[in-house]
Amino acid sequence: MSELSNEQLLDIDYYLRLTRTLEERLVALFRQAKVIGGLYRSLGQEGESVAAAYALDYKQGDVVQPLIRNIGAILVAGAKPADIIKQYMAKGDGPTRGRELNIHFGHPARDGFIGQISMLGDMIPVMAGIALAGRMQKRKLVTLAFIGDGGSSTGAFWEGMNFASVQKLPMVVIVENNGYAYSTPTSKQTAARTLADKSYAFGCAGVTIDGNDVLGVYDTTKRAIENARSGGGVTLIEVMTFRMKGHAEHDNQAYVPKELIAEWAEKDAVVRFENLLVERGVATREQLDAIQQRVKKEVDDATDEADRSPMPDPAHAGKGLFIEDGYWG
Amino acid sequence: MPETTYIDAITQAMSEEMARDERVFLIGEDVGAYGGAFKTSYGLLDKFGAERVIDTPISEIAIIGAASGAALMGMRPIAEMQFLDFITCGYDILVNFAAMNSYLFGRACPIVVRGPAGGGTHGGPYHSINPEAMFLNRPGLKIVAPGTAYDAKGLLKAAIRDDNPVLYIEHKYLYRRIKENLPDDDYIVPIGKANVRRRGKDLTIITWGAMLYVADDAADELAKDNVSTEIIDLRSIVPFDEDAILESVAKTNRVIILHEAPLTGGAGAEFAARIAEKAFDYLDAPIKRIAALDVPTPYSPPLEAAALPDKTRVLQAARELLAY
Ligand SMILES: Cc1ncc(C[n+]2csc(CCOP(=O)(O)OP(=O)(O)O)c2C)c(N)n1
Repeated sequence: MSELSNEQLLDIDYYLRLTRTLEERLVALFRQAKVIGGLYRSLGQEGESVAAAYALDYKQGDVVQPLIRNIGAILVAGAKPADIIKQYMAKGDGPTRGRELNIHFGHPARDGFIGQISMLGDMIPVMAGIALAGRMQKRKLVTLAFIGDGGSSTGAFWEGMNFASVQKLPMVVIVENNGYAYSTPTSKQTAARTLADKSYAFGCAGVTIDGNDVLGVYDTTKRAIENARSGGGVTLIEVMTFRMKGHAEHDNQAYVPKELIAEWAEKDAVVRFENLLVERGVATREQLDAIQQRVKKEVDDATDEADRSPMPDPAHAGKGLFIEDGYWG
Repeated sequence: MPETTYIDAITQAMSEEMARDERVFLIGEDVGAYGGAFKTSYGLLDKFGAERVIDTPISEIAIIGAASGAALMGMRPIAEMQFLDFITCGYDILVNFAAMNSYLFGRACPIVVRGPAGGGTHGGPYHSINPEAMFLNRPGLKIVAPGTAYDAKGLLKAAIRDDNPVLYIEHKYLYRRIKENLPDDDYIVPIGKANVRRRGKDLTIITWGAMLYVADDAADELAKDNVSTEIIDLRSIVPFDEDAILESVAKTNRVIILHEAPLTGGAGAEFAARIAEKAFDYLDAPIKRIAALDVPTPYSPPLEAAALPDKTRVLQAARELLAY
């Protein structure tokens, strides 16, 4: 079962549980009107998010770029739950100090991750540039970018992929085919047979895999990363998964057939992964419960910390437009 | 007619124009079955079918570009940006292709690009844009920004019937916050004509969009001190109603220009310059501009409130002008 040690497998389970528990907490905070703005769930997609990000080597300087639903990926990269909650609550001592929302934060050279901006597709050329710099600086780092089925329709995606492929940059791109972009089904997003087929246009490697198979995602991503690290260029990995909730909390996803949701509920990546761990004797249910207890405590503590945090000082609104202002220290 | 919200006024304008003229169609992300992210096109798919209410991939270049191509062929497309912020993704094709058709080639390119703009909803820097200034200096595009339900409907109809590309800026803060009794008949609000929203003699506030209501509040407050404020709702940014501005300034001799976009290089700079050039002799005090801080609109409510203009800042400017 993969090259992963038992310890690593349990580590992955920890991140899966942490992602789900943290998001459930964000839902509770949203209902209490403490989360300001939208809440975009990753329920159903935690498996690929965590597994792909787990395949990077952050000590080498690898960088992951999440979409709004890849909260699991940045937790793996080292983001703190309290920071994420502070971002959602628009607090003044969160990573962006209340200027930008949710998981749009991070510095590629410091944190091992860089959040997206809202303009879908824009991060693909940026991740190509991070990979380019790594190569120019004679480092062996690899970048891992997430993009949605919807985001892969943007011009920025196409330019970034083309450039990265021409340059044979050390970049891996996970295209999350989660069925819908907002209300638009993937069939209205592309006429390509699969999203991995887009790789033909770029001349990079492309593959479609089961996104709810945690170990499969890990293995495929790991191979693509090592290939990229050794100069083999870009791989586009389409992961088949499903967005189990609406686009955001306000959306009841009435446009999604109920049977489809029921079908994918059966394929839940976390349940599937944990069953495997138990079947293969990697962990007992009691051990998994203990992980959940640990995660709950961490999320409780993070919530307390975020709750106690101050809102930003309005007097700071005009500061920091330029780096030399010194606002960020 | 029952009271109509600002957003319903937009829906009605699209629906009535699509019924009136079969060349009109709507194209954008999630505009069909879902009825748009804000439900602006709710019901249009049922009424007009998928050929005229077209759901697209997430591709702003394709939306604006295809609309432009269709417009050259005699169609009347309405291109929706899910948030007007995303117009930057299609900026090139809009300013370089759509907007230049008339001047360079003598071709009519009657498209409307519309979508939700503006702050005050904690949408953060990528969901709060007030984009007029970045188009103001790219000739060839008309720009309108309604602040009432009446104007929302009448200006959208005028934009659809206009033979040029029109950027129609709808303020999402107003969508469900304002309601008016609209006439039953088919009316348009002509592009390029301001509305004197409130008549006064001591001071003029020139504004548009959601800032109308900030101006109203400030004027109410000033009225308590017997100051009578004239409010000019510009409604159209390109072309803008220079006569209305100059007439008002000639009467009140004091002017504040109020807009929600950042100050520097904002549309207000153009209006201020025009007043300085053409009505200098009428001014009893310097021209004042009240606008957002020169920063991207921050997300957290206290920061957003500090960044965007408010009544307090308008009142302070007004009192300075009156004491000058
Ligand atoms: C360039 C651009 N256009 C439109 C939007 C508005 N928008 C935000 S999320 C979204 C759907 C995204 O779908 P997808 O990329 O498949 O990701 P998913 O939400 O399924 O994870 C849209 C249309 C945007 N953010 N950026």
